Amino acid sequence: MNLPGWAEIALTLAITVAVAWPLGLYLARVWNGESTWLDAVLKPVERLVYAGCGVKPDKGQTWLSYALSFLAFSAASFVVLYLILRFQDLLPLNPQGFAGMTPHLAFNTAVSFVTNTNWQSYVPETTVSTFSQMAGLTSHNFLSAAAGIALAAVMARAFAANRANTLGDFWVDLTRISLYILLPISLVLALAFVGLGMPQTLLGHVDATTVEGGKQAIALFPVASQEAIKQLGTNGGGIFNANSAHPFENPNAITNLIEIVIMNALSLACVVAFGRTVLARREARAIVAVMVILVAAGASVIYAAESQVAPALYAAHTTPGANMEGKEVRFGAPSTAVWAATTTGASDGGVNGMHDSFMPLGGGMAMFLIQLGEIIPGGVGSGLYGMLVMALIAVFVAGLMVGRTPEYLGKKVESREIKLAMLSVLILPLAILGFTSVAAVLPVALKGLANPGAHGLSEILYAYSSATGNNGSAFAGLTANTPWWNTTLGIAMLLGRFAYAIPVLAIAGSLAAKPKLAATTGTFPTDGPLFIGLLIGVILIMGGLQFFPALALGPIVEHFQALQMVPKF
Amino acid sequence: MLQVIRASLVSTLFFTALLGVAYPLAVTGIAGIAFPAQAGGSLVHGKDGQVIGSSLLAQGFAKPEYFHPRPSAAGANGYDASGSSGSNLGPTNPALIERIGGAAKDLRAENGGAAVPGDAVTTSGSGLDPDISPENARMQAARIAKARGMAPAAVEQIIAANAEGRWLGVFGQPRLNVLRANLALDAAGAVAHP
Repeated sequence: MNLPGWAEIALTLAITVAVAWPLGLYLARVWNGESTWLDAVLKPVERLVYAGCGVKPDKGQTWLSYALSFLAFSAASFVVLYLILRFQDLLPLNPQGFAGMTPHLAFNTAVSFVTNTNWQSYVPETTVSTFSQMAGLTSHNFLSAAAGIALAAVMARAFAANRANTLGDFWVDLTRISLYILLPISLVLALAFVGLGMPQTLLGHVDATTVEGGKQAIALFPVASQEAIKQLGTNGGGIFNANSAHPFENPNAITNLIEIVIMNALSLACVVAFGRTVLARREARAIVAVMVILVAAGASVIYAAESQVAPALYAAHTTPGANMEGKEVRFGAPSTAVWAATTTGASDGGVNGMHDSFMPLGGGMAMFLIQLGEIIPGGVGSGLYGMLVMALIAVFVAGLMVGRTPEYLGKKVESREIKLAMLSVLILPLAILGFTSVAAVLPVALKGLANPGAHGLSEILYAYSSATGNNGSAFAGLTANTPWWNTTLGIAMLLGRFAYAIPVLAIAGSLAAKPKLAATTGTFPTDGPLFIGLLIGVILIMGGLQFFPALALGPIVEHFQALQMVPKF
Repeated sequence: MLQVIRASLVSTLFFTALLGVAYPLAVTGIAGIAFPAQAGGSLVHGKDGQVIGSSLLAQGFAKPEYFHPRPSAAGANGYDASGSSGSNLGPTNPALIERIGGAAKDLRAENGGAAVPGDAVTTSGSGLDPDISPENARMQAARIAKARGMAPAAVEQIIAANAEGRWLGVFGQPRLNVLRANLALDAAGAVAHP
C-alpha cells in the first residue's frame, strides 16, 4: 500500500460523485418529460417510436400495467436475442464463421443480457459473431439499462405523488432514457475511447507474424461502441473473455479511470434525480453518502488484501509486492481494487483483474458487496429502488423502536409495503444460498470447479451471488458452459431481476395512492448522520446475517489457510 | 394486451436497429476517419509493411536478447490474442504455488540470480499484458546486454527511455511496453542474432 494508491482510490470516487451530480439533474429533466437541448434532433424520433408502438404518451399507466409492459418488453427482448444467438451462423457479419450457440448457452446468454446481468458462460472471442455482438448484445446493453432506470423513475413518481393512480408510461420512459441519456453519452464516450486506443472495426481478426517469427491471430471487434454502454449501463459483459483486463477493452490508466467513473455515475445520478423529483435533496444526499461510504470501505479492504504477501510469492522469495496473479501491470493493486469494489457494488460485473485469483479477503469482499443487494450504488435504476427498499426497512426498524407508524418522504410505511419489501429482499438468500447448497453436493455441478477446497465453494457461492444480484462478474475459473450451470444461473438471474422488481413496482403503486404528508416534529429525520448510520446498519445486518455463515466456509476459512501458509515457507 | 405485444415487438426491433446497428456503425465510420490507427487495433508494422503485432498486446519473446513479457495463461501456449484469459488459480491453490516457484527458479537461472519481482512470475488477467514493471525490465538487463554484446548502460538507457510513470502521478502503475522496448533494442543496432 502506498500514498499514490490511496490517492487514486479517493480521487476516483470523488470524480465519480462530481460527474454524477450534473448528470442526475439532467436525468431528472429527461424522466420528468421536461425539455432538453437535444429536443430538436430527438423529438421527431421519439414521436416516431410512440406512433409505431401505438402509445399515447400522456395517458399514464397503473403500477400493474407498467409492470406488464416491463415484462412483455423483456420477454420480446429475450426472444429476439435468443434467436440471434442461436442462429448467428445464418446471419450476416460473421467473419469468424462461428456456429450458432447451443440452446442452453443461448438461453443463459439471452437471459443474462436482458436482465442487465451480462454473466458470460462462454469465451466471447471464439463464440460470438460480430453481428451478435452488435445487434444482439450491444443493443440489450442499452435496453436493459433503460428498463432499470425506468423503474427508478417510477419510484420517484410514487414518492412525489399525492393520491395518484398512474406512474408514468413504460414505453415513454424506455424511449426517452435510451434516446436522451444512454445514446448521446455512449456516442461521445465511444469516440473518446477509440482515441485513447480501443479498436472499433468490423474486420474480425488480423494475422500477425511476431518479431520472433511466431504467428498471432489478433481478434478484433467494434470494441469501443460496446465498452461505452457496457460501463455506462452497469452491464459489464466483455467483448473479450478477459473483459476490461484485456488491453483492447481498457488500454491504459485514463480509460480505466473513465470506465470506473461511468460505471457508478449513472447509478448515483438516479439518486440525485430522485431527490430532485421528490423535492428531497437532503434525503438524496444521505443516500449518496451511504453508497459512497460503503463502496469506499469495500475498495479499502480489497486494496489492503491485495497488498498482502501472497502465499505463492512468499514461497518463491520474490521481491515484496502486491498479489499480481490475475492483475495487469498498468493497473496494479489500487486500480484493480477500486474497480473491483465499484463493479461489485454497482452490479456492473466487468472486471479489470481476475477475482478468482484475488487474496481470500479481497475476493470475499467483492462477493459480499454483491450480496448486500447491489445497492451501493447498484445497477442503473435498480440500485436506487433496491436502496429505497432498504430505506423503508430502516424507517420501519426505527418506527418499531419508538412505537410510531414509520414515514419516509411524507409517505406512511405500513404493513403492505414492508411485506412487499421483505418479499423482494428475501429473493437474494433464497436463490443464492438455495442454489449454492444444491450445487455444492451435485457432482454435475462440481465438475466445473477450477480450484480445490474452500476456494471451490467460493467459486459456487460467487457464481450464484453474481447471477442473482444481476452482477455478472465471476470467479472465472468455474466452467459454466454446461446445461446445469447455464440453466440454474439463468433461473437465478430471472429471479434476481423480476422477482425483485415486481414487488418494488407494487410498493410504488401503493405509495403513490397514499396522501403526501407534511413532516411534523414527530417525524423521524431521514437526512442526517443518524439515518445514514441506521441505513448502513440495516444493510450490513441484513447482508451479514444472511450470508456470513456461507462466507465463513469460503473466503474466511481460506484466509486463515493463507495465513498458515505464509510463515510455513 | 394487443397494444402491449405490438409495443414490445416494435420497440425491440426499432431499438435493435438504432442501438445495435446504426450506433456501432456510426462509431466505426467516424472512428475510422478520426483515429484509424487505434480503430484498427494499434497494429505495429515491420520493415516491409507486414503486421508484426499490436502495441497493446503481449506477444511471446523467448530469445535471450529480448525483454520477455510476463507469463501468459491465454491459450494453450500463451499470448493467444484470440483467447484472452487469466489462470484463475486461487491464492492457496497448490498448483499456483508450484507454478510460481518453478518460474522464479527458472528466472534466477536465466538472469544470473537477479532479484525476481512478482509480476515476472505471475500471469496477468488477460494473458496479453503488454507491459512489465521497470524492476522486471532491470532484472533482465544484464542478460540482454550480454546476448547482444551491448554495454549494460545502453540497455538501462532503453529501459529509462521507454518506461512510463503513473498518469498525473496518481493513476495506474509504472510500466514498460515490452514490444516497443524490444523494437528500440533492435533499432539500437547492436543485434547479435545469427
